[in-house]
Amino acid sequence: MLTFLLRRLALTVPTFIALMFVTFVAIRLVPGDPVEVRVGERGISPERLAQFRHELGLDQSVPKQFLDYALQLLHGDFGTSLATNQKVLSEFTALFPATLELSCAAMLLAVLLGVPAGTLAAAKRGTLVDHTVMGLSVTGYSMPIFWWGLLLIMLVAGHWGLTPVSGRIDLIQYYFEPVTGFMVIDAWLSGQPGAVADALHHLVLPAIVLGTIPLAVIARMTRSAMLEVLGEDYVRTARAKGLPAWRVIGLHALRNAMLPVVTVIGLQVGSMMAGAVLTETIFSWPGVGKWLIESIARRDYPALQGGVMLISSIVIGVNLLVDLTYGAINPRIRHG
Amino acid sequence: MASPASPVKAFWQAFCENKGALAGLVVVVFVALLAVAADWVAPYAPNEQFREAVRAAPMWAEGGSSRFVLGTDSLGRDMLSRLIHGARISLFIGLAVMGVSFVVGVSLGLACVSFKGALGQALDVTITRLMDLIMAVPSLVLAILVVAVLGPSLPNTIIAVTVVYLPRYVRLVRASALAELEKDYVIAARVAGVRPLRLMLRTVLPNCLSPLIVQAALGVSDAILEAAALGFLGLGAQPPTAEWGTMLADAREFIRSNPWLVTLPGLAILITVVSINLAGDGLRDALDPKMRRS
Repeated sequence: MLTFLLRRLALTVPTFIALMFVTFVAIRLVPGDPVEVRVGERGISPERLAQFRHELGLDQSVPKQFLDYALQLLHGDFGTSLATNQKVLSEFTALFPATLELSCAAMLLAVLLGVPAGTLAAAKRGTLVDHTVMGLSVTGYSMPIFWWGLLLIMLVAGHWGLTPVSGRIDLIQYYFEPVTGFMVIDAWLSGQPGAVADALHHLVLPAIVLGTIPLAVIARMTRSAMLEVLGEDYVRTARAKGLPAWRVIGLHALRNAMLPVVTVIGLQVGSMMAGAVLTETIFSWPGVGKWLIESIARRDYPALQGGVMLISSIVIGVNLLVDLTYGAINPRIRHG
Repeated sequence: MASPASPVKAFWQAFCENKGALAGLVVVVFVALLAVAADWVAPYAPNEQFREAVRAAPMWAEGGSSRFVLGTDSLGRDMLSRLIHGARISLFIGLAVMGVSFVVGVSLGLACVSFKGALGQALDVTITRLMDLIMAVPSLVLAILVVAVLGPSLPNTIIAVTVVYLPRYVRLVRASALAELEKDYVIAARVAGVRPLRLMLRTVLPNCLSPLIVQAALGVSDAILEAAALGFLGLGAQPPTAEWGTMLADAREFIRSNPWLVTLPGLAILITVVSINLAGDGLRDALDPKMRRS
C-alpha cells in the first residue's frame, strides 16, 4: 500500500510541473503587455517603465522567469490580483467555502436521490418505473444547466415566489461574522432566529441546478452496477434463503454495487467545478466560479492564472484521494 | 439454410430494437435537415430586424400573430429563424470539434504506441502526461483559459472545446491499439512485412473503431453543450451570431417580462443534446454485443 501511495504521489509531480508550465505560457500569450495594462492609458517615463518591468521580473530571461514563477508557487504565492491588489490565494480562500458549500449540497442531493432512483430502476427493470428513471436521467445528463437555472429562477423564485433569486443569505436581515465559511453552519452558530432557514432557502435552487448532472450520472451508474450484481450467485442464494426483497436489494446487492458508484462520485468533482462556474454566475453566488468569470471580464490575468492553478490542484488532489480510497474499500484491487 | 445477415443489417436491426435511440435519430436527422436548409426553411434572415415588432409574443400567447410564430427578440429579430440558423451553428461546432478531435486524437493515440525504443517511450509518456493534465483541469475552466488567451470567437470556441475533449480520443485509441498490437493477426501482418504506417492505419485502426465511433457520437452532444455554455458566458460566438447559448445570454434581462425568449433557445439545446445522446447510446448498444440487452 505504501509503495502504491508513493508511486501515485510521484505521478502527480509531472502533472503539476506541466500545469505550471501551461498556465505560465498561457498568460504570456494573452494579448496586451501586463505593464501597460497596469500603467493605464496616460503612459509613463521609460525609466519608470523599466523599473516596473524589473519589479515584475519581466526583464529576466524566460526560463529564469519560469523558474521564479515555479518557486513562487511552491512558496504558496499565487500572484497578486491586478484589480484588487490582493493576494490571489487569500481572495481564493475567502471565496472557496461558498463554492464548497454549494458543491457539497449539490452532491448530497445527487447521492440521496440518485442511488435510490438507480436501485429502484434496476429492481423494476423493464417496467414503467425503469423507463421513467432512465428517461429523466438522459434528460438530466443532457441538461444545459445555465438554462435550467434560469428556468428554475423564472418558475420557483419568480412565478411562485418560493425562494430568493440570488445570493447566500438576506444580508439586510441577518449579519454575522463568518466562522466556517459555510453559510448554513455560520447561521446556525449565530443563533439568530430564522437565519438557518433563510440560508437553506438561498441554497436550494443552486444546489438543484449544480446537482442535476451528477444526479443523472449517479442514477445511471447505480442502475447498471445493480443489474450486474443482481445476477450474481450470492444474490440468488439470499433470495433462495427467503429473505425479503428489500433486504436482498438494499443490503446484499447495494453494498457490492456501490463500488463503481463511489468512483463515479469522485470523478464528478471535476465537472462540479465546471458546473459551479455556470451556477454561481446565474445565482450571483459569491464563490470561486463567479470570481473566475469576473476576472476575465476585468482582464485580471494573474487572478485567472492563480485561480486555474488552484482549482486544478484541488481536482488533482481529490482524484488522488479517490484512487486511494478505492484501494481501501475494495480489497481486491488493493495495490501491492 | 438462410444466409447470416450482413453486419450492417444486423447492426441496424439491433439499433431499431431500441425505440429511444430510433426516436433520437429521427430528431437528430430532422434538426440536421433544418440546419442544412436553414436559408430556405427559415421565414426571415436571422439578423433581419423588425423595429415595429420588438419582443413580439409567440403565436399562441396573448398578442401573438402568425407573422412571428415564436415571437421576436429584444431587437425585433424573428426567434424561429434565429433558432433554425442556430441549429446550423451548433451542429457545425459539434461536428467540427468531433472531426478535429477524431483526426488529432487518432494520430496522437497511434503515435503513442507506434514507436519503439527510448524515444518512442518518451513520446508516449509526454503525450499521456499532457492528456492527464488536460483531464485534471475542469472542462469549462480549461475552455475559458483557452478562450481568454485566444479571444472569444466562433473558431476559437471550436479550438477550446477540441482541446478539452481531445484526451478522451487519445486515451481510447491508445488503449485499444495497445490491446490489438498484442494479437496474432497484427504479429502475422508484421512478419509478412507490412510497413509500420500501413500496419497502424489499415490493420490496427479499423479494429479500434467501434468504441471510437460511439465516443465521437456522444462527443458531438458534449461539444454542443460546452460551446453553448461558453456562448452563455459571453466567451463563445459573439453577437449578432444566432448561437443558442449567446441568444440565452442576450435574453437574460427579459426573464420576467418575456419568458419565452429564455425558454426557447434552451429548449432547442436540450432537445438536440438529448436526441444525440439517445442515438449515441443506441449506437453503443448495437455496436457492442456484450452491452446488448442490458
